[in-house]
Amino acid sequence: MIPTDDTADTGAAPESGYTFGYLDEQTKRMIRRAILKAVAVPGYQVPFAGREMPLPYGWGTGGIQVTASIIGPDDVLKVIDQGADDTTNAVSIRRFFRRVTGVATTERTAEATLIQTRHRVPETPLGPGQILVYQVPIPEPLRMMEPRETETRRMHALADYGVMHVTLYEDIAQHGRIATAYNYPVTANGRYVMSPSPIPKFDNPKMHDAPFLQLFGAGREKRIYAVPPHTSVVSLDFEDHPFQVQSWERICDLCGADDSYLDEVIADDEGSRLFVCSDSDHCAGRRAAGYRGPRADSQAGVALTDAMAAVKREHERDRPAPPSSEEMGP
Amino acid sequence: MITTAPTPRPDLGRPMIRVEGLAKTFVLHTQGGAEIPVLRDTALTVHAGECVALHGPSGAGKSTLLRALYANYRPDAGHVWVRHGEGWVDMVTAPPRHVLAVRRRTMGHVSQFLRVIPRVPALDVVAEPLIAMGEGQATARDRAAGLLTRLNIPERLWPLAPATFSGGEQQRVNVARGFAAPRPILLLDEPTASLDRANRDGVVALIAEVKTAGTAVVGIFHDGDVRDAVSDRLFDLHPLGKAA
Amino acid sequence: MTALCAARLDAGAAGDDIPLLRADGVTKWYGARLGCAGVTFDLYPGEVLGVVGESGSGKSTLLGVLSGRMPPDAGGVHYRMGGGADLTDIHALPEGRRRLLMRTDWGVVHQNPRDGLRMGVSAGANIGERPMAVGARHYGTLRGQAGDWLSRVEIDADRIDDRPSGFSGGMQQRLQIARVLVNGPRLVFMDEPTGGLDVSVQARLLDLLRDLVARLGLAAVIVTHDLAVARLLAHRLMVMKDGRAVEQGLTDQVLDDPRHPYTQLLVSSVLQA
Repeated sequence: MIPTDDTADTGAAPESGYTFGYLDEQTKRMIRRAILKAVAVPGYQVPFAGREMPLPYGWGTGGIQVTASIIGPDDVLKVIDQGADDTTNAVSIRRFFRRVTGVATTERTAEATLIQTRHRVPETPLGPGQILVYQVPIPEPLRMMEPRETETRRMHALADYGVMHVTLYEDIAQHGRIATAYNYPVTANGRYVMSPSPIPKFDNPKMHDAPFLQLFGAGREKRIYAVPPHTSVVSLDFEDHPFQVQSWERICDLCGADDSYLDEVIADDEGSRLFVCSDSDHCAGRRAAGYRGPRADSQAGVALTDAMAAVKREHERDRPAPPSSEEMGP
Repeated sequence: MITTAPTPRPDLGRPMIRVEGLAKTFVLHTQGGAEIPVLRDTALTVHAGECVALHGPSGAGKSTLLRALYANYRPDAGHVWVRHGEGWVDMVTAPPRHVLAVRRRTMGHVSQFLRVIPRVPALDVVAEPLIAMGEGQATARDRAAGLLTRLNIPERLWPLAPATFSGGEQQRVNVARGFAAPRPILLLDEPTASLDRANRDGVVALIAEVKTAGTAVVGIFHDGDVRDAVSDRLFDLHPLGKAA
Repeated sequence: MTALCAARLDAGAAGDDIPLLRADGVTKWYGARLGCAGVTFDLYPGEVLGVVGESGSGKSTLLGVLSGRMPPDAGGVHYRMGGGADLTDIHALPEGRRRLLMRTDWGVVHQNPRDGLRMGVSAGANIGERPMAVGARHYGTLRGQAGDWLSRVEIDADRIDDRPSGFSGGMQQRLQIARVLVNGPRLVFMDEPTGGLDVSVQARLLDLLRDLVARLGLAAVIVTHDLAVARLLAHRLMVMKDGRAVEQGLTDQVLDDPRHPYTQLLVSSVLQA
């Protein structure tokens, strides 16, 4: 939702001294133009004049600039890092946007209108009213094989993509299968080969023919690209080694989900290991609905659940006085 | 014993080569532009089934004429008409690919020395002209083996590259190569130069066979006995004076 | 007299009198300095043209223009595309089509194998790149093809997953040749393909090239300063000096009966070609 100029009339407002969304209006306009172009040409990397942000490259400056340019006062923002809302990076970015926009934030995927993510697509399916903004470290999928920017641009222009399969071939030759597990290259809209950002390939199918808008921002390399709703996103593969997502023998130790992406975590000081959903909101939601994983009630499971709850309480204390829309929150 | 039968057999006595007004002068730019005239207004016709021996003292242009017939040397004037299939090709003016086609199908050549190619076994050196004509690998090798046997090259040498062979052995491999593919015209540049008597006779027998089969042969034979044995007539050449 | 490298020129009947490649007054300047000027020739299917001359004579410039990597300042390079009879100006083609041509119908073998190979991926991937670039998507087939080509260039099949950085210079060059030939090109450009190799390694490579070129009926333009290499591989020779073609003809004609003063000097300067 792109804000109108009369932001003052709506509920959300930045702390005094900040422009709404931190970036000045000219910059936001420039970035929106880049986004429009990116949406018009799915998968094509549009250069933009990236600004210095108050945090270093590698911390999501590209995603933040995209988010800052499209966020409106009515938006509800969710920020995740590796699927979790409570990691340092996600917390910092969420706090940043609360300060510079005053918009409502949430950890519930279903409630968010705008989700900025690093390394995951949420498990809860997104709908038409939502926008997913990916933080991208290296936007160029051909970079590993071709270091020259002039040449990669020409390769994109000519759809000269043989080298992408060279990397997959090499994978099979060395590992007997395509071992690339994240940042797995895709073809957008049957034309441009695109980096999906370092999401696990488990998430690639969620990008295909998705009902929501996907935007990608790379701060260091100053590139924006996009996948508009209902666009084909096809993972590259071989006929005899078709694209496959990871699957686990296990289910989530806490919520019992058998269809979500799992992380292995150390749960307590004893070094006990648990496999739990990487999407913390998805896991919490299932537990709240009464699902129980095999080790939810074990010592390690309880310890982990307690630790997560403690972090969450800490974050809630950190919140400013709730604006009106906060009533929708948890 | 194998026989050398060109197919299809041309009519005996039919002209196969017609040389007209051939002239060649070498200009040696590295030696102050010295001009050496060798051939002037040379004319010669060679028929199917006959052997013409080029005859004359050293420097008379025997080798130059023979090489001009093969288009190895480029004459300054005149024509070398060669019956190629149903038509005539002028080796002086034909484009390179036509010259190569004539060499492959119509005109064989045995040079004085074998040009050795690294790593290629003697058997394949001999079989290659046949394969280049489109013959199958096995048939070509069979024929090559027959020729090498006839020219007394021991079988243990066949799989070796001829680089290490003696001069006589190399020359016999060269002769075998020249006779491998049946072609209506055969040019021979001292094919028996470094051979002993027995092997010389073997080469003479080969020449007689191809003549009988209708091949037109042009050769330079220093050995009078060989010349008498194979040639039907002599073509005399004389050294030209310095100034034309 | 080299009839040894006889390809079956007269085998194909249709369109035999239409050249595969036509260079028409190819001229290239580097600023005020001449690269090559007025180079004209026709190359027919299955023909191998050797371009000889000393360093700086314009051989490599000519090869760059012929192979579409450098636009000429005057003149043109025309190629018979597909099965048709028409000659197409390759420098007027859109770059995408020219690139496609480069990896289907054409190949370039560089003097330094590092310029023609991907040193960071395996031998098998190097061979598979061109087929993959034109749409091959079956790993098993690609692998079989790579193994086949390794054996054709005399590299042990069990080196298929090794990177070329661990190969000897001769092996790297043979791998480059396999990589170039795998898509069955009709025309190959080679720039000093045996340069920088030991003599014994050269001999093996030459023999291999000679055999492959004849067996596959390839047309080729081979740039070399080595007359012995030219004698062994080329049907025809073009002698270049100061950017111009001073003499052309059948290889054995040019080497055994050189006419131009420069060619005579060149031929008399080598030990034994």
